[in-house]
Amino acid sequence: MFVNNDVSKQDMEERHIVQPHDPDHPVVLSTEDLHVYYGKSEALYEGDLKFAQNQITALIGPSGSGKSTFLRSLNRMNDRIATVTGKIMYRGVDVNQPDVDVYEMRRRIGMVFQRPNPFAKSIYDNIAFALRLRGVTAKKDLDEKVERSLRQAALWDQVKDELTKSALALSGGQAQRLCIARAIALRPDILLLDEPASALDPVSTSQLEDTLLKLKEHYTIIIVTHNMQQAARISEYTAFFNQGRVLEYDTTSHIFTNPRVQVTSDYVSGNFG
Amino acid sequence: MKNTQPTTADLERQLKRRSKAAKLEVWGRVVSFSALILIVAVVVAIIGFVASKGIATFTTNHVNLWDFLTGKDWNPGIKDAHGKPEVGALSMIVGSFLITILSALIATPFAIGTAVFMNEISPNRGAKILQPVTELLVGIPSVVYGFIGLSVVVPFTRNVFGGSGFGILSGTCVLFVMILPTVTSMSADALRSVPRYYREASLALGATQWQTIWKVVLRAATPGLMTAVVFGMARAFGEALAVQMVIGNAALMPHTLVDPAATLTSVLTTGIGNTVMGSLQNNALWSLALVLLLMSLVFNLIVRLIGRKGRLH
Repeated sequence: MFVNNDVSKQDMEERHIVQPHDPDHPVVLSTEDLHVYYGKSEALYEGDLKFAQNQITALIGPSGSGKSTFLRSLNRMNDRIATVTGKIMYRGVDVNQPDVDVYEMRRRIGMVFQRPNPFAKSIYDNIAFALRLRGVTAKKDLDEKVERSLRQAALWDQVKDELTKSALALSGGQAQRLCIARAIALRPDILLLDEPASALDPVSTSQLEDTLLKLKEHYTIIIVTHNMQQAARISEYTAFFNQGRVLEYDTTSHIFTNPRVQVTSDYVSGNFG
Repeated sequence: MKNTQPTTADLERQLKRRSKAAKLEVWGRVVSFSALILIVAVVVAIIGFVASKGIATFTTNHVNLWDFLTGKDWNPGIKDAHGKPEVGALSMIVGSFLITILSALIATPFAIGTAVFMNEISPNRGAKILQPVTELLVGIPSVVYGFIGLSVVVPFTRNVFGGSGFGILSGTCVLFVMILPTVTSMSADALRSVPRYYREASLALGATQWQTIWKVVLRAATPGLMTAVVFGMARAFGEALAVQMVIGNAALMPHTLVDPAATLTSVLTTGIGNTVMGSLQNNALWSLALVLLLMSLVFNLIVRLIGRKGRLH
C-alpha cells in the first residue's frame, strides 16, 4: 500500500536473504515455509528466517508488513486467531505441531508486548505468577527468583523496598521492565519483544535498550521495532518485512549501511513507511 | 471580494446578540433539569410516603420497634396476653433473607460458569446461542415463573421431600431461575471488561487457558462479579408475585425448607388489599414495605461500595 505497482513487481525478484552463520552463535530457532492466514487472507508468506543464539535480531518494516504476525506466530500466540502452517524449528523440534504442549513451549519462548501489561497485583506477585503456576511455592525460592529477575531487568534497585505495592502504580518504563522481569522469571531460552519501547519516553527507551543489551548474555532476543535507530543501536541482525514477506535479512550493519534491495534502502533512509 | 472587518461597535453588537444557538442551549438545559427534578421528586415522595406510613405503626399504634423486628408472631388484628398487638416481622425478614441468600448461592456458580463459557471458552456459540437465551429469560414476566413454579416445582418438592410442597425450597428454586439470567449477563459484562492484554500476558507466560481464567480473568473481574451477585440478590429480595405463588404464605418461623413460610413481599401482596387504610393492620404492612425499601437501599449502597473499591486497584 505504500509502494507503487512497479516496485512491487520488482520486489518479486529482488530479495536478499543472508542467514546468520556464526559458529559462536549457533541457530536456535528457525522457520521453514511459514505461512499465516487470518481467515482466507494471507498475512505472511515467505518469512523464513534463522535466529542466532544470544544475539539480538530486529524485525523492521512498515505497519501491516507482517512482522508482528510473524513474531506472535513463533510462540504460537496466534493459534486462536490465525492459521499458521509450516515449520517452526526450535533446537531441532518442530513446535508448530498439534502434539506440542504450547504452555511448556511458551515457558521456553517468552514474550513481552507493546503495551506494558502488568497484572493488577503487587510487583512481587506479578513476577511470582508464572513461577507459582509451575509449582514453585517455597518462599525462599520465590524470593530468590523474583530478585534475580528484577535485577536482570534493571528494576531491583528502584522497587526493592516496595515489592508489595501494586504494579499498576509503576511508570510506563518501569512497568515494561517489570513485564520483562516477569517473562524471564521462568528463565526462558528465547525472548520475543513486540515493539516494547513504542509506548515509552526517550529516557525509558534508552534504559530499556541498555537492559536488552545485558539480557543478550543470557537470552536470545527477537524484537519487533518501528524505531530504526533502535534496531541499528542494539541488534546484530535485522530482517526487513514488507507486505507480508521478508525482503532482506542480513547483519544489521549491512542492512543500514549497504542495503541491497531498493525498498529496504528507501525504508531505512526514511523515504517511505 | 475584499475581506472587510466590521467596526468595533458592529462587532460588539454581533458578538453580544443572543443567537438562536444560545437560546436553544438554555432551552435544552431547562428541559433536562426539569426531568431531573421530576425524578428526584418522585423518589423523595415515595420514600417519604412509605416512611410516614411505616412509622405510624410505631408512633400512632405504639408498637415497640424491637418487638416488631424480633417478634415471631404476625397477627396484626389480634392482641396478645399483654394487650399488645401481634406484629412480629421476624419470620418474614428471615424468610426473605433465607430465600435471597439461598437462591444467590445456587445461582452464582451457574451464572459465572455460563459467563466464562460465553466469554472465554466459546465466544462464537456464546454470542449466537447463550446471549439471546439469557436475554429472553430476563424478559419473561414473573407471573409465568410463578405459574411454572406452582405447577411443576411445588408438586416436585411435595413428592420428593414431603409436606405440602409450598415453602422456602420451592421459592428458592423459582428465584434461582429468575435471577440466573440477570447474574449471568452482568457477570459476562464483568468478564468482557477485563482487558485482552491480561489474557495475552498470562498465556505468554505459559499459563494454560484454565489457569488464565481462574488466576487472572476471574480475579480481575471480581468487583464486577460481586456487583452482579448483589444485583441478583436485590432482585430476589424484591420479587413478590412468583414467590407468593409458591411459598405458602404462612407467616411462621420456617423450621425446615419445606414448611410453608412467608417473605416481606408475599405478605404485602396478599395483605394490602384486605386492610383498611389507617388501621394497625394496614400500618403494619407499610412497616414491612419500609423494611423492604431500606433493604434495597442497602443493596444499592453495597453495589456502590464494591464499584468504588474495584476502581482503587
